[in-house]
Amino acid sequence: MDNLLDSGYPPLAQVGRPAGDDIPLLRVRQLQKRYALRGARSWTGRQPTRSLEAVDGVDLDIQRGDVCCIVGESGCGKSTLARLIMGLTRPSHGEVHYDGKRIDHLGTAQRRPYRRRMQMIFQDPYASLNPRLSVRSMLEEPLRVYHRDWTRGRIREAVEALMADLGMSPEWGSRHAHEFSGGQRQRIAIARALILNPEFVVADEPVSSLDVSVQAQVLNLLAEIQTKRQLTFVMITHDLAVVEHFATRVAVMYRGTLCEISDPATLFSSPRHPYTHALLAAMPRIDDDRNCRPLPEAGVAASSMPGCAFSDRCPYATTRCRREAPALVELDNAADRWVACHGVEEKRL
Amino acid sequence: MALLEVNGLDVQFPMRQQPLQALRGVAFHLERGERLGIVGESGAGKSVLAFSLLNLLSRPGFINAGSIRFEGQELVGLSERRLRRLRGRRLAMIFQDPMMTLNPLLTIGQQMVETLHAHRRLTRREARALAIGRLGHVQIAEPELRLRQYPHELSGGMRQRVVIAIALLLDPDIIIADEPTTALDVTTQANLIALLRQLCDKHNVGLILISHDLGVINQLTQRTLVMYAGSIVEQGPTRVLINDAQHPYTQGLVNALPQLTPPRQRLRQIPGPLPDPLDSPVGCAFHPRCPYRFHDDGTPREDCLARAPRLESAGEGRVACHWVRELHEIPTFEETST
Repeated sequence: MDNLLDSGYPPLAQVGRPAGDDIPLLRVRQLQKRYALRGARSWTGRQPTRSLEAVDGVDLDIQRGDVCCIVGESGCGKSTLARLIMGLTRPSHGEVHYDGKRIDHLGTAQRRPYRRRMQMIFQDPYASLNPRLSVRSMLEEPLRVYHRDWTRGRIREAVEALMADLGMSPEWGSRHAHEFSGGQRQRIAIARALILNPEFVVADEPVSSLDVSVQAQVLNLLAEIQTKRQLTFVMITHDLAVVEHFATRVAVMYRGTLCEISDPATLFSSPRHPYTHALLAAMPRIDDDRNCRPLPEAGVAASSMPGCAFSDRCPYATTRCRREAPALVELDNAADRWVACHGVEEKRL
Repeated sequence: MALLEVNGLDVQFPMRQQPLQALRGVAFHLERGERLGIVGESGAGKSVLAFSLLNLLSRPGFINAGSIRFEGQELVGLSERRLRRLRGRRLAMIFQDPMMTLNPLLTIGQQMVETLHAHRRLTRREARALAIGRLGHVQIAEPELRLRQYPHELSGGMRQRVVIAIALLLDPDIIIADEPTTALDVTTQANLIALLRQLCDKHNVGLILISHDLGVINQLTQRTLVMYAGSIVEQGPTRVLINDAQHPYTQGLVNALPQLTPPRQRLRQIPGPLPDPLDSPVGCAFHPRCPYRFHDDGTPREDCLARAPRLESAGEGRVACHWVRELHEIPTFEETST
């Protein structure tokens, strides 16, 4: 893999969106996923109907060629959002549009062409690979399903080409997942996501289970294939250093809602939402001797409060914040920066 | 005399074909109230080192050479009964996953009181008061309520606080924390880092922090050991070690961090995989991945292949590399790659 690309990644302009194409590749509108919680029965024997909004009214546009990172703490709903986009979970409310067409309500058969175009890489390469298949059969299987007319030779060629492309030596093909280290497995998982030549890839914490040096290898590989194949990428992560390095667009998520969307440079230099502030301040850094600043700890995620989801931890919360949920509003002075905060809207913050 | 002094520690796991040498000649010391970090990738032997300090190695692993002295007392070869008196009371341990450490069937209170009764003669009321006090130390609100709760009723950060409170129950001299914040979110992690630092300062407790995250190490420790393939390859003051790494492996670890590369630029990775513990390279264990294993004219440096380097003083720390003095004049990673 080391010899594939010696200099930096190609400049962003080359991977940017084609001119004149302003329909986002993925458009998510008012997406909501509600899970019913089974509470203890009350003495009347009636089941109380409590619910948890894992994703609560998310609006997000992802342009072609974007690398959109969704950051947030565990339990904020970022993985649920990824699953909703991929159609692995049905939304309770809201719409997902892909390439101009609504896809969230499609049945299995109608969904099929989109499954080829949209692929997913999962967090745990120990759990996401079938232990009983050799690497080659793992990679051949999707081709056999989606390209019924391909000959065995053509399928083998496609697999070998992709393996070479990802820096996997040919003898990997006959081996099984357990014979590989974490970083190598994640490379196999990436290969499996790419074998059908998708245009849109969702990666859920692809490097968080890996060691620093291996993480660098996998991130380099992801960036390289993203630019080379002009992929549109959604990466779910909690690691801000990875976001700063990798993303062209960042969405910060808190308890099921998006609180800030921005390009990474502005987000890291001048965060606007108090939660983004807190998140950046809490990041332990090695290039900064300031101590990381803690934030009041969250209570156990309660079912929906009426106001802003962050209001119980926010040092700037007012009565309005506790009563009324803020909408995601575009800032007037900066293009394409969105913040959901009453304080920012009222020009207090 | 240092509070804890480890010398020439070898740990071995007998395997069917040949023994697996998990630690080779590990030596370090810890002073009272000092916070020491241990970094390295998975498989480097960090956790084995932590477990061997309390002789909690899982079978068939055993300490086959070396000494561990705690306040001058030798711990290697000490009887299980005597060790048990030290564990928890003088040396406490915090593990990565609080859900695995806490018993899900017992309330927090039962677990804390159980720990106290195992080591001290106390009435129930005294034990309870002590437990409430410790929960207060780790900044848990409503400690009386928490004592009645089960682990699953608490959030991840709070569980880890409870584990720290249990570790503090018997006023230990050393806390060994194995990746204590890895399972937690950044904001919760920041809280725990602040808490651990404050507790160590206030109670003059020594901390051994094991982590793969240089950010956490930088925030929490004064001195750091870097481990690779079962040996310490570099040690020194944390700030110096991170900002001016001497050993090629430490340099590689620091340079691989995404923070140190401009956005959208290629990250500097360490080439090659970790060595197989059953088949580690002859000579310096890092040499197959080392960028400096050749002379300028392309001939291999023979010492790297011939013998394992020892830790030697270099700058403010100690480094195990044959060429560390010369390397200062050799261009570093980034300059050679451009």
